[in-house]
Amino acid sequence: MSEQSYEKYYVPASSPWPFVGAVALFLIAVGAGNFVVEATKGKDGYGGWILLTGILVLLIMLIGWFRDQIEESMTGMHSAQLGRSYRQGMSWFIFSEVMFFGAFFGALFYARMIAVPWLGGAGNNAMTNEVLWPGFEAIWPLVQTPGGTTTEAMGWYGLPLINTVILMISSVTAHFAHVGLEEGKRKQLTLMLGVTILLGVCFLILQVEEYVHAYREMGLMLTSGIYGNTFFMLTGFHGLHVTLGTLLLIIMFFRVIKGHFSKDNQFAFQAASWYWHFVDVVWVMLFIFVYIL
Amino acid sequence: MSNAAEHLHHDEHHDHKPAGIMRWLNTTNHKDIGTLYLWFAFIMFLIGGAMAMVIRAELFQPGLQLVDPNFFNQMTTVHGLIMVFGAVMPAFTGLANWMVPLMIGAPDMALPRMNNWSFWILPFAFLILLSSLFLEGGGPNFGWTFYAPLSTTYSNDSTALFVFSVHIMGASSIMGAINVIVTIFNMRAPGMTWMKMPLFVWTWLITAFLLIAVMPVLAGAVTMVLTDKFFGTSFFDAAGGGDPVLFQHIFWFFGHPEVYIMILPAFGIISQIVPTFSRKPLFGYASMVYATASIALLSFIVWAHHMFTTGMPVAAELFFMFATMLISVPTGVKVFNWVATMWRGAISFEIPMLFALAFIVLFTIGGFSGLMLAITPVDFQYHDTYFVVAHFHYVLVTGAIFSIMAAVYYWLPKWCGKMYDETLAKWHFWCSLISVNLLFFPMHFVGLAGMPRRIPDYALQFADFNKWISIGGFAFGLSQLIFLALLIKASRKQGEPATDQVWEGAQGLEWEIPSPAPYHTFETPPMVK
Repeated sequence: MSEQSYEKYYVPASSPWPFVGAVALFLIAVGAGNFVVEATKGKDGYGGWILLTGILVLLIMLIGWFRDQIEESMTGMHSAQLGRSYRQGMSWFIFSEVMFFGAFFGALFYARMIAVPWLGGAGNNAMTNEVLWPGFEAIWPLVQTPGGTTTEAMGWYGLPLINTVILMISSVTAHFAHVGLEEGKRKQLTLMLGVTILLGVCFLILQVEEYVHAYREMGLMLTSGIYGNTFFMLTGFHGLHVTLGTLLLIIMFFRVIKGHFSKDNQFAFQAASWYWHFVDVVWVMLFIFVYIL
Repeated sequence: MSNAAEHLHHDEHHDHKPAGIMRWLNTTNHKDIGTLYLWFAFIMFLIGGAMAMVIRAELFQPGLQLVDPNFFNQMTTVHGLIMVFGAVMPAFTGLANWMVPLMIGAPDMALPRMNNWSFWILPFAFLILLSSLFLEGGGPNFGWTFYAPLSTTYSNDSTALFVFSVHIMGASSIMGAINVIVTIFNMRAPGMTWMKMPLFVWTWLITAFLLIAVMPVLAGAVTMVLTDKFFGTSFFDAAGGGDPVLFQHIFWFFGHPEVYIMILPAFGIISQIVPTFSRKPLFGYASMVYATASIALLSFIVWAHHMFTTGMPVAAELFFMFATMLISVPTGVKVFNWVATMWRGAISFEIPMLFALAFIVLFTIGGFSGLMLAITPVDFQYHDTYFVVAHFHYVLVTGAIFSIMAAVYYWLPKWCGKMYDETLAKWHFWCSLISVNLLFFPMHFVGLAGMPRRIPDYALQFADFNKWISIGGFAFGLSQLIFLALLIKASRKQGEPATDQVWEGAQGLEWEIPSPAPYHTFETPPMVK
């Protein structure tokens, strides 16, 4: 804390958006809680509509909140200290996301290293295998579960490899878009950001294609035992994050066109690009631990 | 532009508060949000307490008398969830909201709007959780730890609502924690260096780190429960290659840091109060900081001590046993430092100090029973008995909750500008102290003798102890109504006016501003020597 003179820290006046956001999450939680039961147990109800309303309210809240935020930023009400608050906040948010993926990677490692070998009789579990799951063989990918469900393993070549290359390139283009912003090269900025978005969309399309292939031709499903569980939960949550990241980048694209960012005022852009790099790193982990190994 | 400039102008009216309900719904003021958190936590404390009364009424006598076992299970489950996520955690967050900016000389929390969002999620999350009790089939009944397969194969459909309410309260906790951590990193007044920070700020900084690290893991755990129950995955089902023990690993990887989330801020509070009423600086400030950090780091490598009886390899049992015992070292440092702070101090016994002293003694008892539970071979005897219940209620009720009460008495004059009602406060303290020990101490005995927890009935030989435990429970519950009366009086601004410093020995920035604290404080940062 070395500043000599102090800019006043911007404490925003009261705002309706946080409360609206809480209402939105309430509707989403109630809606999803009912919808899940209705959809899987074939019951009638309004869960889906409540969920949809909640998502709509959340979108309205995000638009309103961001609009206020952008307006304040463009009128120069944000101090350098506030910028640091935003950056630190975003970093901690990404850390929390890392821990969320950590839970699922933990489940994957536990299943591979401990649960499946034990079911196969490793350690002192010979009788578990003999008595409870006779004939079960511990292999990974687990193409036949102890209960007898069979599936096929997803290879790493082909689509997953192409997708890896796509995301790695998109991280590089996102970086050069940022360099363009830093150096005031608007053309490089728009071009590179546009390419990043396109690569993100390509990734998502190929990912959908991979899922279709898995379900239709390989019999690899969410319900295919622990291999299918970890495969779809990890790649699925990653896909959701790529979707969110792409949306953020698209918003940034329009703000770039409007000339919102400069060398000194670029938090939103930075946050979106950090987020993008984060989803790329998660994918590399996924590619190694879910596909290759 | 004009709109925004108007807002800025609006803010400069020093003590101008918006009126009516909109003030509370739309606020960005850390003091308003702190107050909201604290009242919410107290209401949840009373609701969760009422559920404990149901449990104790049923257990007053052996046999099934009042409620059916399924409802009993819902009571133990929701009592736990409410006390952990609805009472203790929001109370600490409320204290952080009120006090951290005042203690480090900041004008507000770093991200005031997100602060309000994280509060208002909570009432909605608990509305969902509580209303699920009234659904057909009832609410969650699998214990607050929601072990699979109780929460998957054998649970009712309200599990989906439970999962999503935990998701949004997790989001609330993460946002609250990000706010605290960024405030402390970025908003300290000039001269407020790391090793000058009050210990309450230090402990909350470390708590916030723990929250951000483990709440997402809880989100992962509930998500897997949801997909196992409704979407045919088998994370916790051996037939699909999963393992129910995997649930316990993931849950306790969250759960053990979680219990330190509920005690580290308490350590901070006690480290503020003991020096004030001993009229001496805190003994061993730096060692307190390092001890807190050590406890936090160790909390990540001890989780499986909750699972000694699940059938882990011996090497793992030994590792988790020794790692757990290691925690008693930094904890011992803390207790030693509090006692050493009082050594040769000019001690006076105002209510905050009484609660702090009760904390030190009773938390230490809870710590010792924790050490007993850490020993793997004997844990096979203690596991899932009332000994465990006694242990975690000593650390959470006479630990966390007593520290919160101490904090409320300590800072209430600063919040309201008036001293609390001394007579009521004394009644509250002594009634609570006596009844809480009558409530929880005999649980050690019935636990060691083998009475299992979470069962609505028990063998006849436990009848006498349980009668006294229940009487202690009702008395402790009633004692909290004295606290309610006291808080209502205080919020109506009745009582003797408080001075700015409030307590003779109080040191720190929060005691240099007027009592009650103005709506906006430290708009220009103070210089800290």
